[in-house]
Amino acid sequence: MKKIGVLSLQGGFKEHLDMIRKLGHEGIEVRKSEDFNNLHGIILPGGESTAIGKLIVDLKIKEELINQVKNGLPVWGTCAGMILLAKEIDNRSNTHLNLMDICVKRNAYGSQLDSFVTEAKIKYISTKNIPLVFIRAPYITSTGENVKILCKIDDDIVAAREDNILVTSFHPELTDDLSCHEYFINKML
Amino acid sequence: MAKVRIGHFVEAQILEALNVDYIDESEVLTPADPSLHINKKSFEIPFVCGAKNLGEALRRIGEGAAMIRTKGEPGTGDVIEAVKHMRLMNSELSRIKNLTKEELMNTAKELQAPIHLIEYIHKNGKLPVVNFAAGGIATPADAAMMMQLGCDGVFVGSGIFKSGDPRKRADAIVKAVSNYNDPKILAEISENLGEAMVGINVHSIEKSDKMSNRGY
Repeated sequence: MKKIGVLSLQGGFKEHLDMIRKLGHEGIEVRKSEDFNNLHGIILPGGESTAIGKLIVDLKIKEELINQVKNGLPVWGTCAGMILLAKEIDNRSNTHLNLMDICVKRNAYGSQLDSFVTEAKIKYISTKNIPLVFIRAPYITSTGENVKILCKIDDDIVAAREDNILVTSFHPELTDDLSCHEYFINKML
Repeated sequence: MAKVRIGHFVEAQILEALNVDYIDESEVLTPADPSLHINKKSFEIPFVCGAKNLGEALRRIGEGAAMIRTKGEPGTGDVIEAVKHMRLMNSELSRIKNLTKEELMNTAKELQAPIHLIEYIHKNGKLPVVNFAAGGIATPADAAMMMQLGCDGVFVGSGIFKSGDPRKRADAIVKAVSNYNDPKILAEISENLGEAMVGINVHSIEKSDKMSNRGY
């Protein structure tokens, strides 16, 4: 059984914890430095990247998070989590954790009315189509050379991996499909 | 988020055309319909609606609300109504969970709620949508209390905007929601917030003047 943290300051952390527990692992709500002890991996959930980005600074866990990931802790960012991890954010001069060599575009598909659900296969993760839920989602506009692209929807990159960092624009935690969580836990931890 | 009057489906159409993120069909505004709420299923945009008990919450969900919030008593800075509504909802949820299948239809009748949603609660023990706290929350401790009572999030309006230092208070309430189970952090973030809003005691409001009594 593995111990997997979910950054639980804002956004959809509960749904990720449910998925982790469904797969028989221990899910830990991460809110302060002590919560990082002995984690095998951590998930940065969807929510509001600006709010989460501010909270990790104010609650003094940003440095801990950066150091842990730089030291190899596997991390998966969904939606806002992807934005937190990116080294570049389209139309913004500030970044948050600055860890993954990707440029992301916030609200890339538009407003709430442009949110959508589709299906696709994701390289290494699923051999069949799985449901992909996009809610005011970002996508990746460019990647560094060490970044593996795992999925594109209409030519836009919506899933990618660089070493111990996985990002998805969509929310697998809002579906019944466990493939993405299985991949993160079984292949990256 | 933008508000429409209860039952005012054309206001909702206009807000949808303006591409807002979601709509609050709110008792804070004077209702536009004497007996009906908006049929929210005919919209793409998600709606949040207020409820003071489980029956009301399930009628709104049955009409298509994607989110529920307690009604509380808005504009008062008095949290007692929000607490009352949340506690009532929690006790009704656990009561339904423990009923026998035979009792479900009668409960649907009592609560004036759709049977399929009563069946969902019997099976899952919770609402099928998220439930926020709203109506009278004015301090970080209020927000954390509502979270500890089982809300999924907190809405604050006048509690922030009518306070002495809205920016600081907003910041503190956001942090209180993130750390709702940590009294030490709650103590720290509650320091030096400036004046809280000048409250109105809910018991001093005539029943007919309460906004939480608007809606059907």
